[in-house]
Amino acid sequence: MSNPIIALDNITVTFQQKKRAITAVNNVSIHVERGDVYGIVGYSGAGKSTLVRVINLLQEPTSGSVVVNGETFFQADDTSSKKVRIATNDLRTRRRKIGMIFQHFNLLNERTVTENVAFALQHSKLTDKQRKEKVKELLELVDLSDRAEQYPSQLSGGQKQRVAIARALANDPEILISDEATSALDPKTTNQILALLKKLNQELGLTIVLITHEMQAVKEIANKVAVMQDGEIIERGTLLEIFAKPTAQLTKEFIETATNIDKAITTISAQPLIQNLHDDDLFVRLSYVGDTTDEPLIAGLFRDFQVTANILYGNVEVLQNTPVGSLLVILSGVPDKIKAATSTLADHHVEIEVLKGGK
Amino acid sequence: MSKWFSDTFPNVVYQGWTGDTGWWTSIVQTLYMTFWSAIFGGILGLIFGIGLIITRPNGIAPNKILFSVFDKVVSVFRAVPFIILLAFIAPLTKIIVGTQIGTTAALVPLALGVFPFYARQVQVALSEVDSGIVEAAQAVGASFWDIVFGVYIREGRSELIRVSTVTLISLIGLTAMAGAIGAGGLGNMAIAYGYNRFATDTTLVATFLVLIFVLVVQLVGDYLAKRTNHK
Repeated sequence: MSNPIIALDNITVTFQQKKRAITAVNNVSIHVERGDVYGIVGYSGAGKSTLVRVINLLQEPTSGSVVVNGETFFQADDTSSKKVRIATNDLRTRRRKIGMIFQHFNLLNERTVTENVAFALQHSKLTDKQRKEKVKELLELVDLSDRAEQYPSQLSGGQKQRVAIARALANDPEILISDEATSALDPKTTNQILALLKKLNQELGLTIVLITHEMQAVKEIANKVAVMQDGEIIERGTLLEIFAKPTAQLTKEFIETATNIDKAITTISAQPLIQNLHDDDLFVRLSYVGDTTDEPLIAGLFRDFQVTANILYGNVEVLQNTPVGSLLVILSGVPDKIKAATSTLADHHVEIEVLKGGK
Repeated sequence: MSKWFSDTFPNVVYQGWTGDTGWWTSIVQTLYMTFWSAIFGGILGLIFGIGLIITRPNGIAPNKILFSVFDKVVSVFRAVPFIILLAFIAPLTKIIVGTQIGTTAALVPLALGVFPFYARQVQVALSEVDSGIVEAAQAVGASFWDIVFGVYIREGRSELIRVSTVTLISLIGLTAMAGAIGAGGLGNMAIAYGYNRFATDTTLVATFLVLIFVLVVQLVGDYLAKRTNHK
């Protein structure tokens, strides 16, 4: 815990536009541990891209400190004019240990797949023969050996991104920054790329910082999440914490689009069953995390309180090997008993949100 | 055939093949002027064009002062009409090549006349290289020169060939004016021995030969540009 591989502290980035200063990132601190897959979620313009570019100093911050692998890349206070910046040559060698992939792949159009990967190796200490071997290995890793002599224009989006991943991994980096890497891809290809990133994280121990506007992508592979809005991190935590107990409105929006629960609520609320809900009945949403799922709670409601639970919709996600579920249920019974039933549920760490009824 | 030719183009035959005013001499002069001023003007244009790209505000080595210098020099030289430039820089020509007249003397104004045009063309060609590709190169630790040669020039290669073709063709046009300072060439042949002497046949043949030059340059340029494009 004490030794993060990436430590960004109090990072502020302002751009001078004519006479107006625009703050893209406002006093953000973020620590990434070795082996993390850290998802940063936000809409476009939230400052995520600017923030991750600070890690390899593609974007120099206005103030704050950037420490990667224990080495200070950059440090500047708001108040004093004292500024520490890594030497340009050192920065270039350090950057080789920080791979980066992009939304639009950014491959060299006039070079073949092999040459694109080799481009990243032009300052490596490997001999020509070792270099060729390395490129071959990398292309095998991303499953593109048969495309080695083709140009990027001959490849599909997913293949291009795999070439970009091979290029990013050429110098055996410890960190991979993914800047909306799946945003230009179709859902099936997105899953393939995410699976590849997950494999790299698990097999090579690669630390990944992934920025995206799709919660879906984060849900697949991240273990930690930060949500960004207007240049600030408004919520952060482990993937489970964020999914189980989102507090910020924006976080809730992101999660609801990822789980489709918002659509389910709208559809079901329009049904006659809910429109004509009996006065004593409650239409509720039950959310739970982890072990609670193993206990027959719903059955218990009838046994202990004679409250029937009519399940209209259910969704269970397994995040980081822990089930996270949402149920849309109509509870019917004697009002007092319903009250008792809901408090029992709450005792079992089930969140209850009343959507209709219970005046 | 030979009789028909000398009857139809009497003045063309009169000019002869070799000798100071011969056809072969003119062809060589035009090729000589085009070739060397393309080399010197080309190098100068590339330096200024690349300079404009890398020192621009979002370039890989932003530098307001250098950018402004490149920009102003290019703009000023582009603004001077070539025929005036020919006369105007005569003293400079004398310093550089030792004479103010003749084919070699024409190289100085030709190179200076073509380089700002080429610099702008290079600037446009290279600004089409996606900044994302440059960023990706920086992210893998590429050096300044890696990016200049390995990204900008390599990625812009096809476009550079295309603009070089355009420039070369306009340079052939400029060599025609160099006759004004006694540089000879096909342009001079068309004006001095053709137009001025009412020898329409000479003008016609000289024009036709220039046209062939232009056509060859265009065809070779198009072919190379197409071959080097993998976008």
